[in-house]
Amino acid sequence: MGACARRIAVVPVGIQASSLRAPRADAAAWRMPSPHAPPSRLEPLVSRVKPPPFEYLAPRSLDEAVAALAEHGDEAKAMAGGQSLVPLLAFRLARPSVIVDLNGIGGLDGARLDGDTLELGALTRQRDVERLPGLRERCPMIVEAIEQVGHVAIRNRGTVGGSLAHADPAAEWTALALALDAELDLVGPGGARTVPAAEFLISYFTTALGPGELLTGLRLNVPNGRSGSCFLELARRHGDFAIAGVGALVTLDGEGSVGDARVALIGVGERAVRVAAAEELLRGRRPTAELFAEAAAAVQAELDPNSDVHATADYRRHVAGVLVRRALATAVGRAGGGDRDGAA
Amino acid sequence: MIATAPREVVLRVNGVEHRGFAEPRVTLVDFLRDELGLTGTHVGCEHGVCGACTILLDGRTVRSCLMLAVQAEGHELRTVEGLAPADEPLHPIQEAFSEKHGLQCGFCTPGFLMSVEELLRDDPDPSEETIRSRLSGNICRCTGYQNIVEAVRYAAELTREAAA
Amino acid sequence: MTTTAADTWVGQRLRRKEDARLVRGAGRFTPDVVVPGALHAAVLRSPFAHAEITSLDVAPALRVEGVVAAFTGADLAGRVGTFVEAAGKEITPQLQALVDVEVKSCPLSPIAHGRTLWVGQPVAVVVARDRYAAEDGLEAIEADYEPLEAIPDPELALRDGAPVLHEELGDNVAARLAMASGDVDAAFAHAPHVLRERFTFGRSAGNAMETRSVQASWDEGRDELTVWITSPRPHLIRTNLSEMLGLPLERIRVIAPDIGGSFGTGLFGEDALIPYLAMTLRHPVRWTEDRQEALLGTRHCRDQVHDLELAYDDDGRILALRDSFLVDAGAYNLYAVTVSYNTAAHLRGQYAIDTFSIEGRNVVTTKAPVAPVRGAGRPEGVFALDRALDLIAAECGLDPADVRRRNLIPAEEMPRPMGMPYRDGAEMVYDSGDYPAQLEQALEAFGYDELRARQAEWRAAGRYVGVGISSYVEGSGFGPYDGAIVRLDQRGNLHVVTGAKPHGQGLETTLAQVCADEFGLPPERITVTSGDTSLLQFGVGTFASRSAVTAGSAVGIASQRLRDKVLAVAGELLEASPADLVIGDEGVASRDVADHSVTFAEIHSAAAPGPKSRLPAGLEPGLAVEYYFVPPTVTFASGTHVASVEVDPETGFVRVLRYLTVDDCGRMLNPTIVEGQIQGGVAHGIGTALFEGVLYDEDCQLLTGSYMDYLLPTSAEVPPIEVGHQEYLSDLNPFGIKGCGEGGAVSPPAAIANAVVDALRPLRINVNRVPLGPETLLDLIAQARALEGGERREEVAS
Repeated sequence: MGACARRIAVVPVGIQASSLRAPRADAAAWRMPSPHAPPSRLEPLVSRVKPPPFEYLAPRSLDEAVAALAEHGDEAKAMAGGQSLVPLLAFRLARPSVIVDLNGIGGLDGARLDGDTLELGALTRQRDVERLPGLRERCPMIVEAIEQVGHVAIRNRGTVGGSLAHADPAAEWTALALALDAELDLVGPGGARTVPAAEFLISYFTTALGPGELLTGLRLNVPNGRSGSCFLELARRHGDFAIAGVGALVTLDGEGSVGDARVALIGVGERAVRVAAAEELLRGRRPTAELFAEAAAAVQAELDPNSDVHATADYRRHVAGVLVRRALATAVGRAGGGDRDGAA
Repeated sequence: MIATAPREVVLRVNGVEHRGFAEPRVTLVDFLRDELGLTGTHVGCEHGVCGACTILLDGRTVRSCLMLAVQAEGHELRTVEGLAPADEPLHPIQEAFSEKHGLQCGFCTPGFLMSVEELLRDDPDPSEETIRSRLSGNICRCTGYQNIVEAVRYAAELTREAAA
Repeated sequence: MTTTAADTWVGQRLRRKEDARLVRGAGRFTPDVVVPGALHAAVLRSPFAHAEITSLDVAPALRVEGVVAAFTGADLAGRVGTFVEAAGKEITPQLQALVDVEVKSCPLSPIAHGRTLWVGQPVAVVVARDRYAAEDGLEAIEADYEPLEAIPDPELALRDGAPVLHEELGDNVAARLAMASGDVDAAFAHAPHVLRERFTFGRSAGNAMETRSVQASWDEGRDELTVWITSPRPHLIRTNLSEMLGLPLERIRVIAPDIGGSFGTGLFGEDALIPYLAMTLRHPVRWTEDRQEALLGTRHCRDQVHDLELAYDDDGRILALRDSFLVDAGAYNLYAVTVSYNTAAHLRGQYAIDTFSIEGRNVVTTKAPVAPVRGAGRPEGVFALDRALDLIAAECGLDPADVRRRNLIPAEEMPRPMGMPYRDGAEMVYDSGDYPAQLEQALEAFGYDELRARQAEWRAAGRYVGVGISSYVEGSGFGPYDGAIVRLDQRGNLHVVTGAKPHGQGLETTLAQVCADEFGLPPERITVTSGDTSLLQFGVGTFASRSAVTAGSAVGIASQRLRDKVLAVAGELLEASPADLVIGDEGVASRDVADHSVTFAEIHSAAAPGPKSRLPAGLEPGLAVEYYFVPPTVTFASGTHVASVEVDPETGFVRVLRYLTVDDCGRMLNPTIVEGQIQGGVAHGIGTALFEGVLYDEDCQLLTGSYMDYLLPTSAEVPPIEVGHQEYLSDLNPFGIKGCGEGGAVSPPAAIANAVVDALRPLRINVNRVPLGPETLLDLIAQARALEGGERREEVAS
């Protein structure tokens, strides 16, 4: 891998550059959706600091939390790690009247690697998953992705569930959830339900969470057998938002061809994407540099990224392709196959 | 709205219980500084990027600008003031930063010191690459980081010597 | 005079005295100062770049809980003056007589009144019991604006029909300068080659880690104003406040406590606004800038475009230079020609170019005003010239090191008049240095030839590694003066008070080292205090790489004189000649006669007024000496930087692999501190080169309003920085000192741009703008490849 493909984290602060910037009349795509969007009349950037007043509730049980959210409806916002929410409060971009702090609820954290399943409580701190014994060896993509999430201080507080519920299109967990077929457990006024990641992640900061619903945990399928994975990200500096990021997982069959492949990207559109066309293209074929390039092109064809101060859509699309090639090469290398020298 | 009104907030900081008053919306860094008078922790950006506000919560670094004061109740906080209480000699990390000229204006320094304390606990003999990577969440505009890296190496050495 | 013996304090890598409090978090920064009962201010800022304020009603803010008062520009009109353009006063009559310089005056009020001219300009202020309530109050203010035409670009501002932003200026040119020497036209007409290129240096911002902060307290009984402020120029603040608030100087005390970096100077509305509020409300008021506010308008800098022409011969020797540049000054040109003159004066750098014509204009636009920030105009000129030299090198088939060797001023020509006055009006003379040796030292230490030898091998392996060179000169130790009082107390400890105001430079240590050598007691006996206008009559402050020279010299001379006085008093007591006495730990003793000594306490008593005084005739009571050092003109520091980078041609990402400098800052008071200054400057310059950009859209809305978007370099982006030294002592102060605070930041954009071009040499790209982001670089690579493809096709066809 070129020394310069930065494996750098999305700041899980979750503030997209755009959401701190002037919402503009021609940039509807950049606005935060409801319920805590800025006022409907678009206004230029005004400097604001210190959170606006809110009522603070710290429920001790899930039932209490659900009840509180149900009671206050649109006026309330749940807070997990706060690494995304507090900056929005601090800049007065989010103005809930009620904050429901979930941190006092027991039983919602915990990371467990059990056979082929990684079980995570929603309130599990990112850092705890990062340091879960055996996880890096078992599925480097997960740990490499988490290492991109800001810096240690952010990961000590930020939670897996918070990242998924916030659904920043540049959040690494959204790519991991898609790539690893995550099943997400939700609890709300209507009871409990489970939703696959592909249904959970809808758009910018928009998920399938209904009014009063909370994400309580998730399960991801961790590959076994002859597989390798990799998470690569390009960001301006260590810890910044991904310009684009790729999680690649490849399982090789008995002959060393691609058995199964997962390719998921962040930073390239309104939500993380898993590019089925690329995955299909990879299956059954010899893992060569040419194949990776084909897959990269297939990915690029599917992408509709945005432009912002850091990168234009074209650039994002271009580097997404570069990262796909490099990530696949590394993943295949880790699976024990392919052109070793194709690894980035 | 009464529920937004200031309430008593009790925090354990550097082993000592402190009581103050704050609205729920007050950030932890503002509370530490303005209510408790612990001004060693500094405000640099209020959105979690610069690291100047970094303290330890239950032994782990957190951005105190990204927490509400009320959230810190029931936890053990450690700030730069706790590294070496007033009349005691400097903590090895402080000693190292001074010895190696790892600070100039000193504004970012408390945040760095707390980050380094966690780093050395996780990795008592960090490589230059690890140091630069781990500390990339603390921004310094004065030093160019060179001497900060030296300071961390030296702090690691001092800490190992003390433990030996 | 300072000795050059190895056992002096000056020159030692003494550990810093200021660290003791700073590492404990016991520094006292302006927001740490607690004035009991202080109210908090928050400033409403214009959301538009250029707008009429059609209505502004602050009354609703007063109904918000916790809010105490609210003010608008109308409230201040007639009560608070406008900013005095202090820098404008620095254009001496001498300079005016020698150079074509024009500065037009345009007053700036602390709060906009009627019209706003940049996004972020103060429009109103709310005062409340805490900042949270004050911000609540801001939100209640009802303001309406009629947006007017924004001017995002100096060239647009200069077009016919562009709105004139300030009637007083007549047009949008706020300042102009022009200087020339030799027959430039003839040189260009007869030159074998002419290079013409446009270089664009983007806007960036100082970004000290501490944001600005002001607290003010008004003592009604005594009519005294006390102001705490994060300013490196407390005496200037006092002068400004005196003029703007109509208070005598003696009634104002300005205290600048510990400051978390500055990297430049500035005139800011809040400096006068907060004290005015304290006086009006008869209540202490405090304000701390938040980071968004800082990004909106604190110490924006650079933002220049140069149209540079170089006439040169077949050997790459420069025959003449023509430069025409524009500075985007922002909405108010508050610093006259401080920056633009620096650009012009330092443009030719270390090179022997004596036929030249330089003209520059400061143009107003609807952005935040720019300020002198670390480098203050030098990086822009250096970027243009050093990039141009590399272009010439490519044209002539020379290595960039060789083209520099052919153009550097040789050592034997020093001291070298440079054919123009410096900004202070004195003739500009490079007083000392050896630039060719500096280049060789840098190249050698870097291993330049070895890198060149390996480049082909790396390219073959698909790695694009390049090396770039840049050099600079810096007129340092700018006047008009700075001063110190050095005092000896009864216990024999020394107290130094200085008008310099350190904010990371370690002056509490370096000035103690100077004092230690000149007085004769070790630094641990010496305390250096700064930043309090009540302690020293006159002061200028710390900026422009001047304090080691000016304050250092003042401390040194004052210490010498104090030593003389102490020995004279001791001599009186011991009935001995001062020449036969030595200063020791306990007091003063006879060198030759045993047990013949007096303690410091005894000397102190003897120097007191009154009947027991034992002062020699002609000496005033007290053991303190006040001295102001007036430098004759600037003294020239210099440096050569070498950088290597690796480019990822698929992503356009640039990684700085190594960075090395060789700097001449004359006598180094404390080499560790010098190196720290240079390393910090280099990191700043790397940021400027690759990461930092203040970006506006076409309506002059700020796009880089947070640290997500304005990217400061971290420890992961900055490589290890190797610092080498030359030490050519300055003749312009008794201690041989030259300034070193800024040099590090001057050359990196040029060195890195040159290295990137070198890394991609087969593609022959041209980098003529900074910052150089990955996408920009990728575009350059793509264009070059397209061209290359086209050329190959042509070759094949023919």
